[in-house]
Amino acid sequence: MTFEDELRKGNFQVAECTDCKKIVWPPSDFCNQCFQEIRWRKCANEGKIIEFSKQNNNYFCLAEFENTIKIIGKVSSGIPTKDQQIRMERCGMIDDNYFFEFSLI
Amino acid sequence: MGKVGIVSYGITKFSKEDSKIESLLLKSTKKLFENSPNLSRNDIDAVLVSTNNNSKYLSAILSEMSGIQPKISHTVESLCNSGTNAIVSAYSYIASGLADVVLVSGAERYDSPGQILEWDNSRGEFKHPIFWASIFTKSYKREFSITDEDLAIVSVKNHKQAQNNPNAISEKEYSLDDVLNSKRLTDDLRLLDCSRPCTGGASILLTSEDFCSKFTDDPIWITGIGQKTISAGFTKNTFDYMESTRIAASSALKMSKHNSSDIDVAEIHDAFSVCEPMALESLGFTDKGSGMDMVKELYAANNFKINPRGGLIGSGHPLGATGIAQTIEIVQQLQICANKRQVDDATIGLVHNMSAAATSSTVLILEK
Repeated sequence: MTFEDELRKGNFQVAECTDCKKIVWPPSDFCNQCFQEIRWRKCANEGKIIEFSKQNNNYFCLAEFENTIKIIGKVSSGIPTKDQQIRMERCGMIDDNYFFEFSLI
Repeated sequence: MGKVGIVSYGITKFSKEDSKIESLLLKSTKKLFENSPNLSRNDIDAVLVSTNNNSKYLSAILSEMSGIQPKISHTVESLCNSGTNAIVSAYSYIASGLADVVLVSGAERYDSPGQILEWDNSRGEFKHPIFWASIFTKSYKREFSITDEDLAIVSVKNHKQAQNNPNAISEKEYSLDDVLNSKRLTDDLRLLDCSRPCTGGASILLTSEDFCSKFTDDPIWITGIGQKTISAGFTKNTFDYMESTRIAASSALKMSKHNSSDIDVAEIHDAFSVCEPMALESLGFTDKGSGMDMVKELYAANNFKINPRGGLIGSGHPLGATGIAQTIEIVQQLQICANKRQVDDATIGLVHNMSAAATSSTVLILEK
């Protein structure tokens, strides 16, 4: 899948329906609203924190991009707050698992 | 459509035993047969197995080991609500006329692969259930001004109630301080806030109305069924409310022609402390944000109405067996044979079983 090929290179892409323009998340081969083809494009680099918690000394948060795509990732440094703006700092794959890391803005 | 009744059951003790999945299935099935003197192997039209175990062909294996040659046999997997999904499948076979007598057997090992949903990559590195539970807990605490001390009461209550359940994994009561001082898994979750994955099996026998009387004088009828799946991925969820539970409960209550205030006793899917008040609100037992008030009132009054067997936190959570064990508890309550756990005048009961952070829920209504 293009998404995972790009993610392995550290690029976070989003699938958008070529017909109805819906953003399809999690990434898929077809639109989940109309089953039309999707195209890949770069995702907005900035989003906001929906919720967060902390394990040991590391914060993790549920973040939202483009008002649609929600993912859980690490907070690289600082103390997060709800609705705070964040930037995708790092993403990729280790074996078959995705990882995301955000920095606070 | 004829009525469908529950006429027998068998259950094992929940533990950390290293048993084979086939042995667990057989053990609770054997107990079910021992509880049903009039049950012959030839009576059984269908054998459904509920598990997340990776072993294959388990319903045929259980059938062979039990000497049954059913018309229908297959496995049902739906993470943590596999058990009630299998019961709903059994109900459907009977209601459609394809079967009259269905054996449903659920089992899981302590190391079940069903604890992690590999597909849900939107959770990144945070796929273990403690992370969605932490997000739920933080969100619920923030929205309704609930504290860790408040939520700890759920664990105290359910461990206490489990001491009257001979099959529960929990063998001691815990104080509020014990829960608050238990190992901190995240800022929002402690070890004693969690149900424990464990080893266990539970089986149940469903029949059409015409066949009930052969096996029992006291059948318990399934009068309401509601199911709803919102998504598979956690991140499409709501975080301080269980929308799939609300919809499933509404459907089940409508089918049974009851409302939530008619329910005398309920088994609620308390995978983590926060799930109990959230579920009570989503099931319509109390208003949004008031779930902890209800839990506190029940605990103060020593009222076992919610999770009399100790819930998942007190009983343990062998995924594929959980929904069946919950249903067995409500059957025992309605048959007035729950011993020290017995809720007074129980005539209508509810089972709430959910999967993967309430992305999917099943609700059953049971009646005498």
